[in-house]
Amino acid sequence: MGSVTRRTFGLAAAGTLALSALPRRSKAAPAKLKVGVLLPRSGLQALIGQSCQKGADVAPELLQQRLGVEVELMNADTESNVDTARSRAERLIEQGASVLVGAFDSGHTSAIAQVAEQRGVPLIVNIAAAPQITEQGYKFVFRNFPPAPEIGRNGLVLLGDIFREAKVEPKTAVFMHVNDTFGQSMAKGVAALLPKLSLPFKVLDTIPYDPAARDLSVEVSKAKATSADLLLLVCRLNDAIAVRREMVKQRWSPMGVVSPGSPGLYEEQFSKNLGKYADYCITNTVWFNPKNDITHAFAAAFKRRFPKDEFAFHGINATYTFDAILIAADAFKRAKSTDHKALAEAIRQTNIAATDRVTFGGPIKFNAKGQVEGNASVVLQNLRGKPTVVLPKDYAEAKLVFPMPKVG
Amino acid sequence: MPAVSDLANAAVSGVLTGTVYGLMALGLSAIFGVIRLVNFAHGELMTVAMYTAVVAFQRLALDPFVTMLGAAVAFGALGYALQRGFIGRFIRRPEHAQMLLMIALAMIIGNALLLGFGPDARNVQTDYQLDSFAWGALLLDKVRVYAAGAAVLATALLAAFFRLTLTGKAIRACADNPLGARVAGLPVAHLYAVTFGLGAASVAVAGCAMVPLIDVTPGLGPGFTLLAFVIVILGGLGSMVGALLGGVIIGLSEALAGVLIAPSAKSMVSFGLLVVILLARPQGLMGAGRR
Repeated sequence: MGSVTRRTFGLAAAGTLALSALPRRSKAAPAKLKVGVLLPRSGLQALIGQSCQKGADVAPELLQQRLGVEVELMNADTESNVDTARSRAERLIEQGASVLVGAFDSGHTSAIAQVAEQRGVPLIVNIAAAPQITEQGYKFVFRNFPPAPEIGRNGLVLLGDIFREAKVEPKTAVFMHVNDTFGQSMAKGVAALLPKLSLPFKVLDTIPYDPAARDLSVEVSKAKATSADLLLLVCRLNDAIAVRREMVKQRWSPMGVVSPGSPGLYEEQFSKNLGKYADYCITNTVWFNPKNDITHAFAAAFKRRFPKDEFAFHGINATYTFDAILIAADAFKRAKSTDHKALAEAIRQTNIAATDRVTFGGPIKFNAKGQVEGNASVVLQNLRGKPTVVLPKDYAEAKLVFPMPKVG
Repeated sequence: MPAVSDLANAAVSGVLTGTVYGLMALGLSAIFGVIRLVNFAHGELMTVAMYTAVVAFQRLALDPFVTMLGAAVAFGALGYALQRGFIGRFIRRPEHAQMLLMIALAMIIGNALLLGFGPDARNVQTDYQLDSFAWGALLLDKVRVYAAGAAVLATALLAAFFRLTLTGKAIRACADNPLGARVAGLPVAHLYAVTFGLGAASVAVAGCAMVPLIDVTPGLGPGFTLLAFVIVILGGLGSMVGALLGGVIIGLSEALAGVLIAPSAKSMVSFGLLVVILLARPQGLMGAGRR
């Protein structure tokens, strides 16, 4: 057996080095996409967070069927707290999440967006309307949800469609709004936009109210005293119930109760608490597209997974969360990689047709800021205890009822 | 300027709501008047009473105004046991120790409710909940009328108890001179516990009367405690009629401020009234002054 000389050792070493310098054969495409889902499943926003989570829970099975992509969810509870949201995002990244999805609340989402940007991990916002989230110049933050001013503008524009469809024009309106950050920003938007939209009514009075008020009888009595034809209402859930309850007690029946894009009127607890008095209230808001095949498939999968839940009451939360994961899965399929940069680039190139998404709007395409433009709103009316799309006509599930029947 | 009928409707609604507020404050006033204990857990007890009414309605289909009777007895017993077995031990301790004890109790109750019922609002749905009596241009909310009736009746019964029964007179003696009452051989610890029980019973009645008007959440307690304090200070600490009067004044002033100024001015007006009363009559409208 010959000994290893310096020459043969040198040759072997050079050969080893040369081999290691050769381009490696590319690894097989990763088998699955790990999606970190951040939602407020406990604390003050628990009800909404759990509703969003249901949309996420349905996603892996449906996306496997439709896109052939395996998605693994890594769920994290933000506990309705900004600091927890930030630390949970950090932990998900440490644990190997390829992409983050969340987080319903604008404050939580802003905190997570900072983490995502610093760590270079793509974040797809499911729901959060604060405009600044996509105004920071972030490269890894994407949002398929309209910012608040767009929701307000779409909601007000649809008022005209309601009057044209019903062939009835209210001449006067009274505007009641919850007096918190959200309500005040909506109020400013309404005040700025109304004069530009040539709507037929004049706003007689604007009545802000305390979101924590125990009793709204005085506020409703003041609104009733204006004898306005229409009540424009920017509300949240509990105050929406209190306002409607007082309207019935005070036997005030305007032509309609319309929200230009706030929560409250279309929620399950509103219908449960008020029964028949919840019917005919209208919200102009983002929603799911009831005509798309993928929506039917999603609704069926949702029903199988959560048989006790009425799908319509999860109309925004579950569907926007599902679509966020759909965007991630679609990008993964094209990128064939879980590399954060490659995924971010693929998300940027997203082009999902309007018919291939669950939520209502045009194709999902991100602009340079990472914002999807063209997310539309629908006119949603409570009919037989359920929020129902009544306009645009092509997507309507039932006929609009306006003016609403009188109480008592 | 709003129409006279709108003003009248707001005023009547304010008086009716204020009467229920008065009943809620009555328990706080009675407990302070006799035991000299500031019950910072008052609002939380009220919230527990509201949840009791909700559970009785959901499980047994009991109307809150029926639940009221059983709840008053149960809360009376609970209040008695709480004072005798727990709070009574702190009566001779410094005031800050009592205060911390009651704040701790309030926090425990509030968080226990959150744990048990979650953060969502709960309510009852009676057949008459959204009805109102029409009297010309006046519309009287049926639930408010019933609740105010229950409040007036409960106040009258409590006042009669303190004035006409031997136990009531003994409690008043304890309130006037605790040392003298002990010297005379009155069972002061028992009488204090009866007083706390009566205070808790009136809170139970107020909670059951309030639940058809307001959805209950675990976080309602501190707001109720603050409101009860404002009413009791306005009406006079320890005065039962004062508590009812204080409630009516707060309810009425908030309603009229809402219509005449702005709804957002309601709290400003009620707290403004409190400041004026504290300056002009520190013992409150019906208070007996410093002994």
